[in-house]
Amino acid sequence: MALLQIAEPGLSLDPHQRKLAVGIDLGTTNSLVATVRNGVAETLANADGEHILPSVVHYAKSTAPLVGTEAAAKANQDPYNTIQSVKRLMGRSAADALQLGEQLPYEFVESDTGMPYLRTSAGDLSPVQISADILKTLNRRAQESLGGELEGAVITVPAYFDDAQRQATKDAAQLAGINVLRLLNEPTAAAVAYGLDQQDKGVVAVYDLGGGTFDISILRLTRGVFEVLATGGDSALGGDDFDHALANWLMQQAGEHQYDASTSRELLGLARSVKERLTNESQVSVTLPGTGAEITLSREQFDALVQPLVAKTIRACKRAMKDAGVELAEVQDVVMVGGSTRVPLVQTRVGEYFQRAPHVDIDPDRVVAIGAALQADILAGNKPDSELLLLDVLPLSLGLETMGGLVEKVIHRNTAIPVARAQEFTTYQDGQTAMLVHVLQGERELVDHCRSLARFELRGIPPMAAGAAKIRVTFQVDADGLLNVSAKELSTGVESAVQVKPSYGLSDNEITRMLQESYSNAQDDREARSLREQQVEADRLVAALRGAIAADGAELLTEQEAKDLQAEIEVLENLSKGSSAAAIEAGVEHLAQVSDFFASRRMDSSIQSALQGQSVDFFEKEKR
Amino acid sequence: MDITQNFFELFELDASFDLDTQQLSERYRELQREYHPDRHAHKGEREQRLAVQATAHLNQAFDTLKNPLSRAQYLLQQRGVETGEESRGQLPGAFLMQQMELRESLVEAAEADDPFAELERLEAESKALEAAEYSQFNAALAAEDLDSAEVSIRKLQFITKLLREIEAAEDRLDEEY
Repeated sequence: MALLQIAEPGLSLDPHQRKLAVGIDLGTTNSLVATVRNGVAETLANADGEHILPSVVHYAKSTAPLVGTEAAAKANQDPYNTIQSVKRLMGRSAADALQLGEQLPYEFVESDTGMPYLRTSAGDLSPVQISADILKTLNRRAQESLGGELEGAVITVPAYFDDAQRQATKDAAQLAGINVLRLLNEPTAAAVAYGLDQQDKGVVAVYDLGGGTFDISILRLTRGVFEVLATGGDSALGGDDFDHALANWLMQQAGEHQYDASTSRELLGLARSVKERLTNESQVSVTLPGTGAEITLSREQFDALVQPLVAKTIRACKRAMKDAGVELAEVQDVVMVGGSTRVPLVQTRVGEYFQRAPHVDIDPDRVVAIGAALQADILAGNKPDSELLLLDVLPLSLGLETMGGLVEKVIHRNTAIPVARAQEFTTYQDGQTAMLVHVLQGERELVDHCRSLARFELRGIPPMAAGAAKIRVTFQVDADGLLNVSAKELSTGVESAVQVKPSYGLSDNEITRMLQESYSNAQDDREARSLREQQVEADRLVAALRGAIAADGAELLTEQEAKDLQAEIEVLENLSKGSSAAAIEAGVEHLAQVSDFFASRRMDSSIQSALQGQSVDFFEKEKR
Repeated sequence: MDITQNFFELFELDASFDLDTQQLSERYRELQREYHPDRHAHKGEREQRLAVQATAHLNQAFDTLKNPLSRAQYLLQQRGVETGEESRGQLPGAFLMQQMELRESLVEAAEADDPFAELERLEAESKALEAAEYSQFNAALAAEDLDSAEVSIRKLQFITKLLREIEAAEDRLDEEY
């Protein structure tokens, strides 16, 4: 006989009605997927019981790519086809990649978009495609262990990731067929995992030293609301650098011996294992590959090798504290994230600086995925009563190129997001009819020192004297930290907009092509679904507008206005019968725009009635 | 959310320069709880778009009121006086002289025997100037003397910039030591 199940209060949703949502930590070295089951967040294992998926992909001609441990096993014998640490290349240009090339022994090919492709036996692959292969593996694992399609996922990114890197991460998820509920900053996820949101209030510092990135975040917590006060760090500093420092040292000990790509890897693997053993042992002896020499290394020697790297992280902590405007004494909790925080020197230095012992109880490799799973559960709508709310800030300033190759900042870093900000510019030549808008991200003054995100042109400015045209450029950043830019000439209303596709990201065409290549059938389903979604959206708007006109039209609209609106409604209804999702979407957008004045009149009139003492709750009206 | 409300109304605060920052933050978080896109993540695209717009407005309002200089500028703007990003117009010569001297001291500070102490002294001096100017502004505003209030804002723009530069100099020193 089946046992009756009794639901815990607050978990009363039928398990079959619960939406399946996961948190994914897409790491430089390792990746994980976690979910909330029976109220507990846990990482998911593969069939062999392994939770950690090494972020390694091995490509071969005409067979499917291997991901994880199997791929990692190929690293020594087939280094060029075994891609590790691909996260370091996400959203980076070919030039950046070459700079990292010393540390990443791959063959790079430049593409038309400036994005680096990696040459493998399976063809030239972008970092986005390679990351997508890792995500697909995690998605499959999640669907198998949860037994169903996923509603969506929260994917974590380093707080320091710029727009290009965030966009690349989202592109990879799209390519892997994952609906992204939210990109979440890794340190914020870690604080959530420790349940610090249950405390009443306090300041939390999250020190996250992973394989390839370092982040420090200062968060303020007030009754369930996490506010990121400041973030800082270095997107190219992590435990890998510890390994490289140690491998270089080992190489020096080997003297004249020359290492090729394959034995360099072996040396790197050796360095990593020495580092890990030194966490619990005070000295370690190893045999050098190639020469066979026996070498002993003490923890003090190791500490001296990595000390400059650790000191760099502490300097970043100081800067973040300053940006946050918080005194050291206010910091209540310090959370450690990332495998590299197991290094004793790191724990000591962090404890010294913040003057308190850091939290290390949850496995620092899993803590981010667990936090992401908790957030995914909430975003999927499984916990409507949750108090938890994460308020994020922009990690790097956004600006525009002005005369002389200078950057004019439009939104400063650490501004709370979502955010919209407009700035006015003017022409500098008589009769100028076009203007190049160049969007940049970074803290430096010169264009060359900042990251170029996008360029687009505003054309059709009427010829005027220099300085007479007024061009308003609007930046809008959503909750994921992704940017939209539009420009408008104010006297004529000439407009131009771009969804910022980072210069090093994929163009929309590239994404479409890849999607088609990877699964053309699924693509049809997706289009059908998006068509239905747009039709529903259109119907909803039409019904709402008709209702509003019936209720308040006579009072608030002139006859002509009412007639015009009716005509516009019919246009959308006709569009909605067609089969183009994009056309319907544009129609919905248009109708919403042309009916805006009516909505605001209704709101004004309800405010007036409220002021007259009638209990019309216009806030309620707005929310629906 | 009614984005035609002025920022003070949005936070249910009196429109004055001296405001209860505690109440500002609390009301900000309350409104975030209601409007943040994460609260609407499982709803339709349209709700999500509205949520983004509402929170963008909310964030702008909060930033404006939180920072004393932008709060002061906003109060003037509400009275029809635009002060913008950069200072224009004439300021008293004595004030400009004093600013130049402070800037010279800032340049020289890096060469001082104890640059940190010198920077701290400069910072304390500038902060005192800042505080005095804010109370001048407040008084001018209370008397509806908009011209004087505007002059105060222009001076404060200078002082704020100087303070930022002092901080940047401190950061550079930190890096070196």
